[in-house]
Order: sequence, then C-alpha cells, then structure tokens
Amino acid sequence: MMTETKFVTTMPPVRRAQHTTHEPATARTQAALPETEEPALPATVQAVQQKIEVQKLQAWFRNVHALRDVSLSVPKNTVLAIIGPSGCGKSTFVRCINRMHELVPGARQSGRILVDGKDLHARGVDPVDLRRRVGMVFQRPNPFPTLSIYDNVIAGLKLNGIGGNHQEIAERSLRQAALWDEVKDRLQSSALSLSGGQQQRLCIARALAVGPDVLLMDEPASALDPIATAKIEELIHELRQHLTIVIVTHNLQQAARVADSTAFFYMGELIEHGATEQIFTNPREPRTEDYVTGKFG
Amino acid sequence: MKSLLVRRSVDFTMTVLCGIALLAALIPLTSVLWLVVSRGISGMNLAFWTHLPAPVGETGGGVGNAILGTLYIVAIASLLGVPLGVGAGVYLAEKGDGPFGDVVRFTAEVLSGVPSIVVGLVAYGLVVLPMRRFSALAGGVALAVLMVPTLARSTEELVRLVPRTLREASLALGIPEWKTSLRVVLRTALPGIVTAILLAVARASGETAPLLFTSLNNQYWNFRADQPTASLTVQIFNYAVSPYEDWHGKAWAAALVLLVVVGALSLLARFLARSRLR
Repeated sequence: MMTETKFVTTMPPVRRAQHTTHEPATARTQAALPETEEPALPATVQAVQQKIEVQKLQAWFRNVHALRDVSLSVPKNTVLAIIGPSGCGKSTFVRCINRMHELVPGARQSGRILVDGKDLHARGVDPVDLRRRVGMVFQRPNPFPTLSIYDNVIAGLKLNGIGGNHQEIAERSLRQAALWDEVKDRLQSSALSLSGGQQQRLCIARALAVGPDVLLMDEPASALDPIATAKIEELIHELRQHLTIVIVTHNLQQAARVADSTAFFYMGELIEHGATEQIFTNPREPRTEDYVTGKFG
Repeated sequence: MKSLLVRRSVDFTMTVLCGIALLAALIPLTSVLWLVVSRGISGMNLAFWTHLPAPVGETGGGVGNAILGTLYIVAIASLLGVPLGVGAGVYLAEKGDGPFGDVVRFTAEVLSGVPSIVVGLVAYGLVVLPMRRFSALAGGVALAVLMVPTLARSTEELVRLVPRTLREASLALGIPEWKTSLRVVLRTALPGIVTAILLAVARASGETAPLLFTSLNNQYWNFRADQPTASLTVQIFNYAVSPYEDWHGKAWAAALVLLVVVGALSLLARFLARSRLR
C-alpha cells in the first residue's frame, strides 16, 4: 500500500473499479477478506493511480477518538461513498483529506494521507494550497451572503489573487454545476435569492472554479428536496469524468446510485470497503449487512 | 384552576403596573427633550451655526467653531479608536479563546467602567504633558480610549455571530486564514460593525469631562491638531456656568445642536441595523 500506483482489476467497459487489495481496518476484517471472494471476471489488469491513499489514519477531538486506524484508497476519477450512522467519523474522515480537521481546537490526528502519492503533512505542503486542489462541499449550502451569484463563483479566484478570464471560468463552473441556465440572466443578484438546491449547486460551482481535482462532499444533499437531490446526483455522474469524489451520505440509496466504491464506518472504524455493488448485495461483515439492510443506524 | 375573574383582574393589574413603569421611564426623557428644545430653539439662527462666539458683554455670535471642533476631535478619536477597537474585537473573536484573550476581555470590561474624567486625566498625562499644550489630539486620544473597549466587545459579538460554515467555505476554497477573517468574516459582519461604530461615535461626541483638560477650548477657528480646540460639550459647560443670561440661552441652543447630532447618528445606526435584517 505504500506504492503510488497499484494493480486494480477493472471490469470493462464499466469504469467501476474492484480492488484486488484492501488495506484492512482491523485484524478482524482482514480475516474476513479471503482472496477467493475477488470477482472471477475477465478482468483487465492495469495500473491505476490511486488518487487518495489513507494509511492508518487516527483522529481525535480532545479526548474523543473519532477515527480508529482507517486505511483505504480511492482510484483516480472514481466516486467513493462513505456511509454509516451519525457520529461514526464520516465527516471527520473527509475533513482530514483537505486538512480542515486540524482547524478545530483540540483536534489531533496520526497516520498518513497521500494525495497523488504525496503526504499531506509532508514538510512544505501548505494546507492552503492543498485546499485549492481538494475542494469541499458542505452539508448546508453556504454561499457568501454578501456577494452576488457571480462573485460567489469566482470568490476563490479573486481572494486568492488567481488571474485568468474570470468570466469564462465562472460560466464554465456554473455549466459544470448545471446551474448556468437558471442563473445566467441574474448573475448580479444576491446568492441568497436562490433556492436551497440552487445554492448548493452554486457552492459546487464555487468549489469547481478554483480547479480542484478532488471534491469532498459532506452530505451535500441532506438539506435538499428529492428533485434538487437528483440534480446533485446527476452532477456527480458528470463530474467523475475528471474529478475524484468522496461523498459522505446518510442516504444508502444515494450511495448505491452514485458511488463506484463504498466504505462503511461505524464508531470511528472502517468496517468494510469495497465495490458498491458488493457492499450492498454481498457484504462480508455482518455489521455492514445489518446497516445496509436497515437493521440499525 | 383560578376563576376567569381572578385571572382577568391579575392581567389588568399587571398591565396597569407595566404602563406606569413605562410612563415613569418616559417622563424624565421627554421632559429633558422638551426643556432642551423649548429653551434652545429661540437661540437657533444661521449665525449660531456659522459664527464665532461673541466677546463677553456683546450679544449675538455663534458656536460654529465648537461644532467644527467637536467634529474634528471626534474624527481624530475615530481614526485612532475605530481600527484599534474593531481590530481588537476581531482578534478576540478569532483567536481570543486562550488565557490572553481572557485578559484582553477583562481589561476591556474594566476600561469601559472607568469614569470618563479619569480617562481624560490619562490623556492629560499621556499627551498634554509631553506636548506641553492642550490640543485636539489630546481630546481625540481621550475619546478614542473611551471608544475602544465598547467597540471591541461589540465587534467580538458581531464577528462571533458569523456562521462557522461561512468561514469553512472560505477556508475550503484555499483562502488563507487572515484573508478569510478580513474579506469574508469581517465583510459579513460589517453592517453590524458600522452600526456599533456609529453608536460609539455618538457616545463619544456627547462626552464633556475627558475634553475639559485635553482639548480645552478655543475662541477662534482651529484646524490644527496640536492646538486647543473648542467643542460643543465644553462650550455648553462654559456657557452654562457663566453669569450671563445670553450665554445661558446659547448653552441651551448648543445642547439642542448636540442632541440633534447624537440623535441623527443613533437613528442612522438604527436604520442600518434594520436594513441589515431586511
């Protein structure tokens, strides 16, 4: 798991990646991962770059042990869904990937996270630069209330002093976020004049404008109605073509719909991580099965 | 359960008591307003606003230099006090969770309780003695010292009201922390902070005691920061304690001017606060 690339079996022509190796969270899950359960499909084996590799990540808030020895990896341009009951460390996990976790007073962490093979906490890595490459969308839409729609989209460019054709970038980002047609005639009105779903897509456009190649989404649809949720999910399908996405969700159907692989967290531990289909149809862990079938959580 | 009659009579009694309390609070306020307006209005004319004070024994003249002086001194005070107060408030809200923040907060609280004449003495020692003269600057420093603690505390409250999610949104875009504080958090809290500034300015312009031995007074127009400067409040004080009937009338008129200025500032602050809430 220390190498930057590794062999992953893919099932052509589907882009869904099936891991041949899993970094097990605990000895118990390791025992539950017999080699024979890997799919015996006519798989092409190719070197796929792991966009994100998490190794033995632990995180604390003061005395609360929020993440216990989590290891997993996300191949480039795939979607990882993180599921699990409230308080199981899902949000903490994604907030470690863009180093937002360390901003909370009393927060600590150990272990390694590599993005593009580079340790996030290596000397010389500026968390500010990192966050431009690893974008984030939050649970509740949080546009800047004092700015117009247009200014919200380019806020990251403007405040970071990044040049370029802002108008063009704004339009492209809004198109990527499937919001352009709805706002193109009122780019100068307040961001608060948009509906909740539109605000969330505005936040996605804002995150895309700085040009990240990883997008972290922390329950992006939990405050939205079903129609807005469907739009966000459609968007994820589009975005995965050139972005690696990690999405936290409470909604199991949503995970099943959008994710290539799914990780189930429980009480700060990674219980199981595998292809989404496998997690939902053939989980290896009884706790995963209990959760996805609705016995608890 | 009590009978309807009992509940109704309790309700009636309480309503009457509250009404009486309200009237009792309003009587001094309205009588002050009435007194100042009725006695001051007769002294109001153009010359009062634009002319220099008349020499002793002559009638006529105005307090133009004192009006200007008050604006001048308060401008100096704002220039010094607003950045300091707002800056301290932002610091307390953003980084003030440690013991040092507690010390600053406690100091601000103590400072806001210090009588204004003591603050005047401090400015006398800090500015007047080294410069060896009374000056608008010394008055400005005294008023600034009065503005800073209240401004710091209200700025802190207002900055803390900005949702954490907004700051996170900014940080997640790769915007550095200091820029996030200034351009996003402070920007969002700005309407409220402007209101707080206006109220602090209004309060400072009504101060007399700290100016008595800092900016002193001046019978002439003055535009220099290192010279004694007239102010409305000190002028009111001087006129009011004088033995001349004409000067008493001028004191009332000057009090009315001050009341109008402070009232206008407070109204503006109100208006801004309301438009912020939409």
